[in-house]
Amino acid sequence: MALRELSSLEKCLGLKKPNKYSTQGERKVPVLQNNNGPAVVGLVTIASSLVRDAKKTELLGNTAEQRAVVQQWLEYRVTRLDSCTKDEVKVILKELNHYLEDKVYLAGNSFTLADVLMYYGIHYIIMELAVQEKEKYLNVTRWFDHIQHYPGVRHHLPPVVVLRNRVYPSGQH
Amino acid sequence: MKLFVSEGNPHCVKALAALELSGVVPFLNRPVIPVLLLPSGQHLFSANAICQYLTLRSKSFSTDESKQLLEWEATELQLKVVNHHYMSKRLTGTVYSSPKWINCTNISWAVGMCDNLFLICVPVVFQEILADIVLGAALYPVLSDPAFEVGDLPSLQAWFNHVRELPACQSAAQKVLNGKGLEALKGFLQKQPVPHLQRRDSPPSASEMEESEPVMTQEEIEAAAQAWRKGLPRARPIVLFKGKRNVLLTSALPYVNNVPHLGNIIGCVLSADVFARYGRLRGWNLLYVCGTDEYGTATENKAREEGLTPQEICDKYHAVHCAIYKWFQISFDYFGRTTTERQTEISQNIFWRLHERGFLLEDTVEQLHCENCQRFLADRFVEGVCPHCRYPEARGDQCDKCGRLINAVELKEPQCKVCQQTPVVRSSKHLFLDLPKLESELEQWLDKSTSSGDWTNNAKNITRSWLRDGLKPRCITRDLKWGTPVPHPDYSDKVFYVWFDAPIGYLSITANYTSEWEKWWKNPQQVELYNFMAKDNVPFHSVVFPCSLLGAQDNYTLVNNLVATEYLNYEDTKFSKSRGVGVFGDMAKDTGIPSDVWRFYLLYLRPEGQDSAFSWADMALKNNSELLNNLGNFINRAGMFVSKFFEGHVPEMVLQDEDKRLIAQVCWELKQYIQLLDKVRIRDALKCILNISRHGNQYIQVNEPWKKIKGGDDDRQRAGTVTGVSVNVACLLSAMLEPYMPTVSQTIRDQLQAPAHCSSATLGTDGGFLCTLSAGHPIGTVSPLFQKLESEQIEALKKRFGGQQGDKVRALKSQKAEKSVITAEVTKLLELKKELAVAEGKNPEPSPQKGKKK
Repeated sequence: MALRELSSLEKCLGLKKPNKYSTQGERKVPVLQNNNGPAVVGLVTIASSLVRDAKKTELLGNTAEQRAVVQQWLEYRVTRLDSCTKDEVKVILKELNHYLEDKVYLAGNSFTLADVLMYYGIHYIIMELAVQEKEKYLNVTRWFDHIQHYPGVRHHLPPVVVLRNRVYPSGQH
Repeated sequence: MKLFVSEGNPHCVKALAALELSGVVPFLNRPVIPVLLLPSGQHLFSANAICQYLTLRSKSFSTDESKQLLEWEATELQLKVVNHHYMSKRLTGTVYSSPKWINCTNISWAVGMCDNLFLICVPVVFQEILADIVLGAALYPVLSDPAFEVGDLPSLQAWFNHVRELPACQSAAQKVLNGKGLEALKGFLQKQPVPHLQRRDSPPSASEMEESEPVMTQEEIEAAAQAWRKGLPRARPIVLFKGKRNVLLTSALPYVNNVPHLGNIIGCVLSADVFARYGRLRGWNLLYVCGTDEYGTATENKAREEGLTPQEICDKYHAVHCAIYKWFQISFDYFGRTTTERQTEISQNIFWRLHERGFLLEDTVEQLHCENCQRFLADRFVEGVCPHCRYPEARGDQCDKCGRLINAVELKEPQCKVCQQTPVVRSSKHLFLDLPKLESELEQWLDKSTSSGDWTNNAKNITRSWLRDGLKPRCITRDLKWGTPVPHPDYSDKVFYVWFDAPIGYLSITANYTSEWEKWWKNPQQVELYNFMAKDNVPFHSVVFPCSLLGAQDNYTLVNNLVATEYLNYEDTKFSKSRGVGVFGDMAKDTGIPSDVWRFYLLYLRPEGQDSAFSWADMALKNNSELLNNLGNFINRAGMFVSKFFEGHVPEMVLQDEDKRLIAQVCWELKQYIQLLDKVRIRDALKCILNISRHGNQYIQVNEPWKKIKGGDDDRQRAGTVTGVSVNVACLLSAMLEPYMPTVSQTIRDQLQAPAHCSSATLGTDGGFLCTLSAGHPIGTVSPLFQKLESEQIEALKKRFGGQQGDKVRALKSQKAEKSVITAEVTKLLELKKELAVAEGKNPEPSPQKGKKK
């Protein structure tokens, strides 16, 4: 799973030469074997290093503040999101929905690595949502639809249909 | 900038330490987690992100090594520390040695690698201490515990002590521990939720299993029990298979709050089950779905009666349905329900598509409103005289006598079914499906479908009569609460009328079964759809629902084969729940008669072509003559001869003309059976099975193997051939019986030790009557398959399910029957009442006032 995600990320970043990955442990943590140096372990660490390789460091944030925010959402992705149980899915959607209320992207006004990895990680959840739920988590849905249509992001994942018009009268939930 | 930290939270140590290092004066507050409010107004709630921010403001990136350690700390170490405390909570007071998880972690590796007591080997700039701070703080509760024996990890302890002594860490720890020492940290850790150490779908490793008795939540226990109950899975969901015959099978969705009676069972689920089992044996890629239809007034009403919510009522009765069908061995691939998110999603999608394409009309409807009950009387809550045929008990939506659909306001002499008051006409705005606009498209499709597919005659006739009367727009909305909400803002207080909604249940139930449901339902080119139902359901499946799907213009799969039964009556009357007449699904089990025998008899008199009637006497007769004396007798004899005369091994067979003739007869019947079942003539095909065993019995009778076995070599060989052929016929019968009587079929194969795949081999494409049990094949223990139904037993059952004796007396009295007859029935009634009283533990003598009243 994480490996497909990384290869999609490579394409998204425009990296020409695909890297070889392996996994370690029962959590299947991705490992990037480097020719010149020790192996890099962990999804976020590898993803960040790919971003630097592609010389697109703006995707990690332009200011110290933004970098911290990106880092925080990347961590959220690999901790909260990746280990969430079925019941916690709703909590996560609620949190994100609230957070995204006044934001275009996770780090505010610019597209970052956090958006890409969060999109990859949350895709299976959004796929399963009913129309009604998609409307309930309107901000998440809007953000998700935006990211899946962001040029070059949606590689290995099927598109999720998002209705433009509201189907449910608001206040019914 | 504000930093929010809390007491006793080791992750605050990191943030505070980082603050000390970066020289920012903290403003302490105490919410749950460390939170940093950035100048931009953004909050950082991750301790590690805060640390990175604070320490790295001057430098743009930390090294991969420290990043990696931080990621590992966040994804694994934090969980392990919390989990460790769950374990140590149980071991309070005992000294524990270093747990295995520390042994195998990055940290001991890193510590072992470097000599200067920092994780990153050359901490030239202070930023590189970040990893030490983060990991040290995370491990603080474990490594600073005096009860913790460091054992073979001296370098770990040395590293930790070193980090702990850094001035920044010292001052931070002081602030967080607040003088309470380690206890402050423990309190925090033990308040954390039980960590889910495993990622979704990864199995626990052996090492973790032995290290700790896993902590289980109630939810996990429940899930495990449920999975266990499910039993062996039927492979993966059945998905569309290109190049195979793809058959999608549905049986009419039973209404949830009626316990189905025998008529319902034979009409839809059982008939479809036979066909499903047959199709699977034939090697078709077949999916059989069904489920309970749960929305509508009747459910709302029942909920009110029982003081439950509609959802609770549905849950309760859905379980009842499941149990009944399970007992009848109905082999659904999936038995779902209509009250699901998928249902809402799909029906609203179809609704919008119809709306966008102009197939919905708006109109004001006159509706019957019961002033007394304060509600609109939908569907079945009004009764009156049918305007077409004058049948006095016509319901609000349909007349049971002439089968025509009725608009409730057209009923003559309407009555509210609940309070018997006469309702008044009131108007309300509703949406209509414009059937006339879709009529020509429908007719085109019907012509094609009825000519190329298998539609029963009644289905064709009913559909034809509907079209002949001309289609009118049909209302698809209702003033109710319990239903799929109409998504249109002008109709927000309304729900879909069940007839619009319920057939969509087939789609949503499939969608709940497999995410690839559209390959079944939007694929008329590759899928053959069979709908099974009783005849009253035909118009909805042949006219109304196809119109919804045609209008939606989404390449939906429409029915190719519409299989409708006539009605099954009970003895010489109708099944009636209210009068207690007839056998209902849940009672069949209590009769002590096996499920297979019920299946056999119901299928034997399946109302194909005309109504039929269930009769106890006939059931006993068919059981004793067909099952016991014909089928059971033949199979049992064939097996017995093998075990008695040939030591349980199938003898050598040397075929002579007589044997070949029998084989030809059997082949012919088998061919008939397949032709009939291909056309869904289920009852007729059953007769083929009985014919084969009749031929077989005759064959044994004429050849007398029990005599020949005592004769010379030729005679003995003859006895062997007859026995061998017979036992192979028995094996064939087990295959042919499988759709009808699955348990008996399996028992026969078990007794004969026949190969498991012989049924599908016999009925598959290259099948036929083959010599499945060749000479020398050992068989198992043979025992009788059926039991006799005694007449006393049947009489008792007849009485038990015959309805109330009181009805009979009343009927006789009203008919002015002869006095002696009435007296006899009255005596019977009084006897029954006494029995009832005794059974209920009351005084059997009638109370004096009541007895004298007459």
